[in-house]
Amino acid sequence: MKYLLLTLLLAFSLPVPANEPASEPSSAPKEALPNADDPVIEQRLVNLAEDLRCLVCQNESLAGSHAALAEDLRREIRTQMKAGKDDKQVIAYLTERYGDFVLYRPPFKPETWLLWLGPLLFLGIGGGAWVMTLRRRRAVPVAPMNEKMRAAAAQLLEEK
Amino acid sequence: MKRWLPLVLFIVLVGFFAKGLFLNPREVPSPFIGRNAPAFTLPLVGNSNAVFSPAEMKGRVWMLNVWAPWCVSCRQEHGFMMQLAQTGVIPVVGLNWKDKDREAASLLARTGSPYVAVPEDLDGRVGIDYGVTGTPETYLIDQAGIVRLKHIGPINPEVWKNKFEPKLKELGA
Repeated sequence: MKYLLLTLLLAFSLPVPANEPASEPSSAPKEALPNADDPVIEQRLVNLAEDLRCLVCQNESLAGSHAALAEDLRREIRTQMKAGKDDKQVIAYLTERYGDFVLYRPPFKPETWLLWLGPLLFLGIGGGAWVMTLRRRRAVPVAPMNEKMRAAAAQLLEEK
Repeated sequence: MKRWLPLVLFIVLVGFFAKGLFLNPREVPSPFIGRNAPAFTLPLVGNSNAVFSPAEMKGRVWMLNVWAPWCVSCRQEHGFMMQLAQTGVIPVVGLNWKDKDREAASLLARTGSPYVAVPEDLDGRVGIDYGVTGTPETYLIDQAGIVRLKHIGPINPEVWKNKFEPKLKELGA
């Protein structure tokens, strides 16, 4: 059984990415290490990049990724910040090219209404069902006990 | 009926999961579809005195194929691209992306080039302007310079037939 499960999991893990991440033979991976020449910009970069998705390793943030493309994007963001662009402008620059997918916090707009309000919707459905069940249960009249039932109950208690 | 409700809900849920399981997370929708292809001017591989710019392709339907010599999947599609080039259906420009070791010229000399021009994007900035996340990626651009289609991953006869041909027909090319 365990092996079957393992096989199944492996089978599902097989689909490989259709294209190749930007992984050209690069030198030692570099991180967004605090850059001595401007710690303020470096801090802004790290703060912003925490909320951005690395397009190559999609579950990593742009701040933490070692992918070559992430490095390039950090360099690009750094350049723009040095040029005096604020965070909003940098984010606009990125979403213009990569879409809302780069944002870990998708914006609230018609396409994402279901995403943002879905949990509330489900809470509503679940809550509604719960209230209805409770009401229905309360509505069932409790059958009054007759003598016979009382005697049977007393006997059962006695036996204990 | 009521007894079956949980089962029905369960099956619906499994349906959603099964669909999600087989989606390709790399197929990120491109924000460029229906928008102008970003302009750039880059030197050509093997002839850095000459440059290429998308404006040169105005009036023609063409493809921008983002590739790199270090990219293995690009070699996979190379055979098909060569066939495509021979039929002359559509001109393909091969953006040589982040080729730090400058191997493109010798590689193309060895394997043959399916491209009408090979601009060199050494630092990958033009790639960023096009929202490239990896190689290969291919953009179909129409006569007016508008991006009509983006394909992520290698092109093979099946992809060509199902994705590109219908679009080309639509564009009348």
